[in-house]
Amino acid sequence: MKRFGATTAVAGLDLTLDRGAVLALLGPNGAGKTTTVEICTGFQDADAGEVRVLGEDPSGGPDGLRARIGVMPQGGGAYPGVKAGEMLRLVAACAAHPLDPDWLIGVLGLDSAARTPYKRLSGGQQQRLALACALVGRPELVFLDEPTAGMDPQARRLVWDLVAALRRDGVAVLLTTHLMEEAEALADQVVIVDHGAVVAAGTPAELTTSTGDEQELRFRARTGMDVTALAAALPPGYRAAETVAGRYVVRGRIDPQVLSAITGWCAGQGALADDVQVARRSLEDVFLDLTGRELRS
Amino acid sequence: MTPFPAGTFTPAPGRGSLGRMLRVQAGTETRMALRHGEHVLLTLLIPIVLLVGLSVLRVFPLPEPRVNSVVPSILALAVMSTAFTSQAIALGFDRRYGVIRRLAATALPRWLLVAGRLAAMLAVVAVQLVVLGVIAALLGWTPTFGGVLWALVTVLLGCAAFGALGILLGGTLRADIVLAVANLVWFVLLLGGGIVIPLAQLPAGLAAVAALLPSGALAEGLRGSLVDGTGPGAGPVLVLLAWAVVAGGVAVRAVKLR
Repeated sequence: MKRFGATTAVAGLDLTLDRGAVLALLGPNGAGKTTTVEICTGFQDADAGEVRVLGEDPSGGPDGLRARIGVMPQGGGAYPGVKAGEMLRLVAACAAHPLDPDWLIGVLGLDSAARTPYKRLSGGQQQRLALACALVGRPELVFLDEPTAGMDPQARRLVWDLVAALRRDGVAVLLTTHLMEEAEALADQVVIVDHGAVVAAGTPAELTTSTGDEQELRFRARTGMDVTALAAALPPGYRAAETVAGRYVVRGRIDPQVLSAITGWCAGQGALADDVQVARRSLEDVFLDLTGRELRS
Repeated sequence: MTPFPAGTFTPAPGRGSLGRMLRVQAGTETRMALRHGEHVLLTLLIPIVLLVGLSVLRVFPLPEPRVNSVVPSILALAVMSTAFTSQAIALGFDRRYGVIRRLAATALPRWLLVAGRLAAMLAVVAVQLVVLGVIAALLGWTPTFGGVLWALVTVLLGCAAFGALGILLGGTLRADIVLAVANLVWFVLLLGGGIVIPLAQLPAGLAAVAALLPSGALAEGLRGSLVDGTGPGAGPVLVLLAWAVVAGGVAVRAVKLR
């Protein structure tokens, strides 16, 4: 637990991250994600509760632990006048078996900015350098605080590829994000936090299917069709409704047979099922359901 | 699939060698100090201009050769510029840009983080001493060997006192305030702190105060070493040590390196 004056930033946040797994802390700004990362990396001490990172208490940032983890703090960090290669070589010198800094600079597309001082790099370039600094020491565990904030889609794709490669090579990753598609794409475990507390946790699939109404199929057709008859034409458990005149929704597990049955039933009514959409609940919907708030604010 | 061959990121954690960390950190910080225009103006250009100007132009009376009396002032100025003003400003902006946090998140031990900064500061001072010494020699400076040794000891004491003050200032206040305060203090001490105008020529009250300032103590210690050939003298040494211990002690408590 962590308090700042009367404000409780983090309370009752239980996390477990297995080796070689990716855990995403998902939540809106101010949810306590950064505070959690800073407690795990020794930049802040928890006021109460127990934290173990790779079996060690991270409070105070013990030397032994820092040699095993890689940290990408929010907003990065470098000398204002340093060049990207110089900074990465310095961070690499702190590790026993670092990756080749020049290779990493190239991979992250920073070679074009090699002669630019840090303070004149774009936000996205500073982010990429911060990511390189987190990875160069070949850590067992990486903390990435908002790794794709301020990045263009191409750079974001690169970060996703990097995280996938880290996971494949057995590096554990804890990342924070307020982008649900990022959490869905990268994480084995997603922990949704709000106001410093966990509101839901599980795999992306578990979270998006947990309430039972797994999927829904929406279509348009002529108004006034008999939805009870439509439900009866489908296997047991499916529900059908006309939400607005001419717009229908079928809830249940949507597979090709069900889709075919629905359009076939409409054809039997002399109607064309138009604008057919199959939707799955997104993490964004889950967040909205759980907190009554939009994730992006 | 990803463009990274399997095993690229297989963990191989561990701390780098202490000597290499110190070398790379101090080297990086030294290079940045020597290529940053405003720092070079402060640490090299202004001292060079004053050294040449005060030696060549007869602005106020000095015994011949004038350069012999000017060098102690200029060395004191050089040390103050690097250890205090430049160091405080660099630390203030390094903190704003998050480099202290960045390095504190690596395996670099905290004491080494400080040691690297001090080593970079001493490296810049060494460059200053060589450059200013060569120029002074060209202007006819004729120091004694013993005088130079005493001067080096005094310079180290001056680095300790001003360096501790610089870290205290740069490590506690906001970068733009550090910039203003560090430059203002530099200017005041240069003129009224016993550096350009020796204590003997300052008004009595101001001279008494300046003798207790690190600037006055450093400049007088260097004059004793290089001009009078008597060594820095107990007074200046004690004043510099006191500033180093007090400012260093406060800095250890007040400056957060996490």
